[in-house]
Amino acid sequence: MTESKTKPGWKKIPIGGLILEAGNAERYETGDWRAFKPVKDQEKCTNCLLCWILCPDEAVIVKDGKMVGFNLTYCKGCGICGHECPVDAIKMVEEET
Amino acid sequence: MRKIVALVGADAVANAMRQVNPDVVAAYPITPQTEIVQRFSEFVADGLVDTEFITAESEHSAMSACIGASAAGGRVMTATSANGLALMWEVVYIAASTRLPIVMGVVNRALSGPINIHCDHSDSMGARDAGWIQLYSEDAQEAYDNTIQAVRIAEHEMVQLPVMVCQDGFITGHDLERLELLDDEEVRAFVGSRKIEHSLLDLDHPITVGPLDLPDYYFEHKRQQAEAIERSRAVIDEVAEEFEELTGRSRPKVFPYKLDDAEIATIVLSSTSGTCRVVVDQLRERGVKAGTLKIRCFHPFPWQEIMEALRGVKAVAVLDRSASLGALGGPVYLEVRSALYAAEMRPAVVDYIYGLGGREVRLADIESVYSDLSRVVETGETGAMVRYLGVRE
Repeated sequence: MTESKTKPGWKKIPIGGLILEAGNAERYETGDWRAFKPVKDQEKCTNCLLCWILCPDEAVIVKDGKMVGFNLTYCKGCGICGHECPVDAIKMVEEET
Repeated sequence: MRKIVALVGADAVANAMRQVNPDVVAAYPITPQTEIVQRFSEFVADGLVDTEFITAESEHSAMSACIGASAAGGRVMTATSANGLALMWEVVYIAASTRLPIVMGVVNRALSGPINIHCDHSDSMGARDAGWIQLYSEDAQEAYDNTIQAVRIAEHEMVQLPVMVCQDGFITGHDLERLELLDDEEVRAFVGSRKIEHSLLDLDHPITVGPLDLPDYYFEHKRQQAEAIERSRAVIDEVAEEFEELTGRSRPKVFPYKLDDAEIATIVLSSTSGTCRVVVDQLRERGVKAGTLKIRCFHPFPWQEIMEALRGVKAVAVLDRSASLGALGGPVYLEVRSALYAAEMRPAVVDYIYGLGGREVRLADIESVYSDLSRVVETGETGAMVRYLGVRE
C-alpha cells in the first residue's frame, strides 16, 4: 500500500498512460538492473568506439574521441560492449552484493 | 437537403462516415463488413471526402494505424466483422486504454469455428471487456444514427473512449431499407471538429504515447478507464437528446415496448427486436400482457434503466445471439440477471441462446418464448435457466 502514499492517484495523472514531459527517461536509472558491470582494460583498448556505437543505453562515455569509461547510473550490464569489443578490452565482472 | 433513400445497412454506415468526413480511415475487408469500406473507398475515389484512406494488410494493422492517427489528433473511423475483430484483439484493447475516440462499425458475424459468415454477436460480445462503448442497431436507420452519435460520444471530453456501432450481418448489413439521410452540412455541424488536448504531432509539446506502464501506475490508468465509461452514460443520453432535437428520432439506451403493464417480457439486441415487437402486438390482441425491451447501448450496461423498465414484470427471457461457453448463460443474460438481483421484486429470468451462425429466428420462435414465459408465471417454476431456441435436437 505504499504506492498510494508516494505517488499521485488516478485523478491526478494524465489519461491513457500519456507522458507529457519529454526526455523524462533520464530519470529512470537503469543501472539498478545490473548484475555484471563492464570493466575496461586500458592497455588493450584501441578507441575504435564500437562499444559507444552499440551501447543501447548511451552508457559509454567518450571524450575527445577517446573511450574514457562507463556511466554506471544507466549501464544495465547487458554485456554487448564486452561481447563485441574486437580486442577483448572489456570484461563483465559480477557486481559485489 | 435531407433525403429519403434506400440503402443496405452497411451502406448507411458508409454514408454516415462520408458525412462525418473523418481525417483517417484504415481498414481491411471482411464479409459482411466489406460493403462499408468498399462504399467508403468509392467516396474517397470520387473526392467526396478529405479522408486519408489506408488499405492495411490486416485488421491488426488497420486498428494500429487508427491508433496512430487518433493519437496524432485525427478523427478516425474503421469497420470490421468477426475474425477481423478477433485479429485486431490486442490493439482493440490498446485503442481503449490509450483513450482514443475511434469509431468502428461492426457488422456482427459469427466467430469461427466452424467457419461461418452469417450473423451472431459472438464477435462484439467477445470484445465486451475491452473498454469500448458498444451501441447495437436494429435497422439501417439506427446504424446510421448511431454512427453519427458515436463520434460525439467518443470524443466528448468526459469520455475519450472508442465506440463500436454494431448491426446484424446480412440481416440489416445487406438488407435494402428505407432511411432518411441528414443533410451533409447538418451532420458536419452536429459532429463539429475533434478537440484535442495532446497530439503526437505537436512538436512544441512532445509527448509519449503508449509507454510501459508498470505496477505503480497501470492500475490507476484502468481506474480512469472505468470512470470514463461510467461518465459516458450521461453523455450518451445528452447526445441522443440533441440528435432527437435535430431529427425527431429518439435513441434511448434501452427502448421499452408495451412494458408498462407487462407480466412477461423479452430483452433483445439489434434486428430481432423488431421481430419481438411484432409478436408482442399479436399477443396483445389476444389479451396477453407481453412486452419487450430493446437494448441499444450494451456497454456501459444500462442496468438502472433495465431495472426500471422491467418493474412489475413477472418473467423475463433474455435473447442472447451468442454463447459464453462455460458461463452461467449468454453475455446479455449474465448482466441482466445480475442487475435484477438488486430489484425489490425479482422476476424469473431465463436465457435463450438463439440465431447462432445466422440461424433464422421467426415469429413462431419468439412466440414460443412468450408461451414458455406464460407457463413460468402460471406454474411459478422457472425451469432451466438456459435454453436453446431453434436448434435441432
